[in-house]
Amino acid sequence: MNDKILNFSVRYGFLILLVGLVVYFSLAAPGFFGPLSAAFVLQSVAITGILALGVTCTLVVDGFDLSIGAVATSALMLSAYSMVILEHPAIVAVMLCLGMGALVGLINGLLIVKFRVPDLLATLGMMFLLIGVQRIPTQGNSIATGMTLPGGTVAEGTFSAAFLWLGRHRFDVVIERLLPMPVVIFVVIAVVIWLFLGFTRHGRLMYAIGSNARAASLVGTPVNRYKIAAYMISGVTASIGGILLAARLGRGDIASGNNLLLDSVAAALIGFAVLGAARPNAFGTAIGALFVGILLQGMTMMNAPYYTQDFVKGAVLVAALVFTFYLSSRRTGAGH
Amino acid sequence: MSEAALQVSGLQKSFGKNHVLRGIDVTLAPGSVTVLMGANGAGKSTLVKVICGHHAADAGQMTLAGKPFDPADAADAISHGVVTVHQSIDDGVIPALDVANNLMLDRLVERGHGLFVRERHLRAEASKVAAEMGITVNMRARVTDLSVADRQMIAIARAMARAPKVLILDEPTSSLSATEADRLFDLIDRLRAQGVAILYISHRMSDIRRIADRIVVMRDGAISGVFDEEPLDFEAAVTAMLGHRMNEVDIQQQQGTTPVLELTDLHIRENAAPITLTARDGEVVALVGLLGSGKSALADILFGIARPLGGSMRINGNAYTPRSVEDAVAQGVFMSPKDRGTNAVVPAFDIADNMTLPFLGGFSLGSFLSKRQQRRRADAMVDQVGIICQSVSDGIGTLSGGNQQKVMIARWLLEPAQVLLLDEPFQGVDIGARRDIGRHIRATAEGRATLVFLAEIDEALEIADRIIVMNEGALAAEHINDNIDLTALVADITGPSAQGTGQSL
Repeated sequence: MNDKILNFSVRYGFLILLVGLVVYFSLAAPGFFGPLSAAFVLQSVAITGILALGVTCTLVVDGFDLSIGAVATSALMLSAYSMVILEHPAIVAVMLCLGMGALVGLINGLLIVKFRVPDLLATLGMMFLLIGVQRIPTQGNSIATGMTLPGGTVAEGTFSAAFLWLGRHRFDVVIERLLPMPVVIFVVIAVVIWLFLGFTRHGRLMYAIGSNARAASLVGTPVNRYKIAAYMISGVTASIGGILLAARLGRGDIASGNNLLLDSVAAALIGFAVLGAARPNAFGTAIGALFVGILLQGMTMMNAPYYTQDFVKGAVLVAALVFTFYLSSRRTGAGH
Repeated sequence: MSEAALQVSGLQKSFGKNHVLRGIDVTLAPGSVTVLMGANGAGKSTLVKVICGHHAADAGQMTLAGKPFDPADAADAISHGVVTVHQSIDDGVIPALDVANNLMLDRLVERGHGLFVRERHLRAEASKVAAEMGITVNMRARVTDLSVADRQMIAIARAMARAPKVLILDEPTSSLSATEADRLFDLIDRLRAQGVAILYISHRMSDIRRIADRIVVMRDGAISGVFDEEPLDFEAAVTAMLGHRMNEVDIQQQQGTTPVLELTDLHIRENAAPITLTARDGEVVALVGLLGSGKSALADILFGIARPLGGSMRINGNAYTPRSVEDAVAQGVFMSPKDRGTNAVVPAFDIADNMTLPFLGGFSLGSFLSKRQQRRRADAMVDQVGIICQSVSDGIGTLSGGNQQKVMIARWLLEPAQVLLLDEPFQGVDIGARRDIGRHIRATAEGRATLVFLAEIDEALEIADRIIVMNEGALAAEHINDNIDLTALVADITGPSAQGTGQSL
């Protein structure tokens, strides 16, 4: 009986907590329960959620990608540079960013599987490198139309409407202009990664690699290729996050995206606790991102000061980790 | 003989329903080597773990030099002078430190040692300990850089630094070559002369002949024989160890039909004679040999993990040169590796996922897995191989070692193989499960060549049609498993270097 309660709380505890939060805020904060507020919460978590889904893939193969935040800001700067200074059309800018994300992922993967650099260190190095590189072409300045370039000329290019559409368009759902484009992209990526990790044989093999890489290789799994693929997925999703951020801001702001890494890693780790999975999973990651978003939105509407936000995120993360590692380990026979 | 150093009487121990020790009585005399023999799962390790304080006994007493001995934990046992060197050597040494530090580690832990390490003093002390033990390695060498034998020596020397009254050595030669083992035996002789009571656990007949003063044999959790009259009756000891088990498995010897795997002049190691071998359809060939005999190297080459130095491999007449494990599997060569914990089990997965792991492609539509198909095949296998479990969606960790091993073997029986390689398939498997596995391997042998890599003779006798002995990276002898000459087989396995120590089994 006791076991059953433990099992139930490990499995559904986090989801019940989430529903409880929604109910509480709906009663306590007028205006919390409604389509506008929901769209706002989703919008606030869309970009971190996309990054978190990528890092989930690396966590699945028992890796870690610390460079996602830097990849996102690099994509932000690259898209701005491409459109504002090189005057490329939107499609070229997007392709450049996605290619950059994939390339960074490939390099991360090669550093880890070929040069045997531990994952945390390889991606930490990459993070530093990217943060540095994105500042060099503009001598550390943000990019905006009309800025003066080092050569003395003025940047003539603009963010094209098609590009801004990616970050700013809102679909008419229930009420007019409700659902922002980034949220739609977040949901699509979440579903794709959820299907990929949970229901395809590639996903299953990636989980096998994460659990026992040697056993996976001895049944003929190309372990290195899967690991590299995981980092490439992570790089590409991070660059998508960066594109959406650029499209929302409409300028290549050098200082934005500082919190992206920590927020998205937190979401992925909180995801371990969802449904008692005790392992990285796409559904959990999405819920984890949502959980933080709802909590912050609710607190903001109840007039909690902004500087308590990081404290709250940290508390949620620690609680989720206890859920995952302490309670789940007490459960016997944790299988798939 | 004087008073017993350690006396164990009526010792009992159960794990759940599994009654591992059923009343053990053993006496260890000072200045004498008692060899403990027993097949896998006989309860030797459990007995050792009770004596060294790792497990508490359910019933029975132990006395140490006449005083009651009931160690609370391993440290307590050591402080009473009962020191154990476990099978995995690296538990006994710290690889990153140098030899001197390893030897003196216990000294460093002592209270009142002072804060600073006096390097020169430490090294001098260490040299003294080493000299006493006959160890001749550079005190500044890092333990990682040493050979397995030297590491083993250092682990034992560290144990000896505590001046034990009772020393337990658990399969100390399992990772040593013949010459390395000789050095260990010299050391044991010296310790015996110093009056230490030694309990030596081993399967290797050559070791046992070399050092045993007495032999105690365990079988199914009880003492099945004690031999202490000179000359020691080794043959009777082996019979006591195996009981009538050897006759229980009735091998219907198969000749095999067409050749499947043909190895021609395969060179697996520098300075080793090339290997030429044919394995036929329907036959089970056991390759037996001690550790380091080249079994694993050959298995790795066949499975595409390593490349041969020369020679050729053919399967069904076609050249076979696997570039990777993936490639080997694609060509129908499957291998169940040894040490399932590190090499085979995926702990996060359930039974069905673990079993179907190599062939997920066959259970999916496009890339999407069909859980139902996976379950159906896994369920069928569970019935066939006799895996005891509640449901195939239970975690693999819920199974006993024997049942986990059955899952790991069943994994490779899902699809028809050309060549099935089983590396130590009975490792850490109780006798019941071992029988089930053996029976199933033999029952399904048709349509493929099966190669089983084993260290233990009795396991080979249970499963193989043909037993091929490996020694020093080459084939040493071949025996048909039909009224086999056990003496000759044992002599072949121990090899020419160890044959001088005894003529009869």
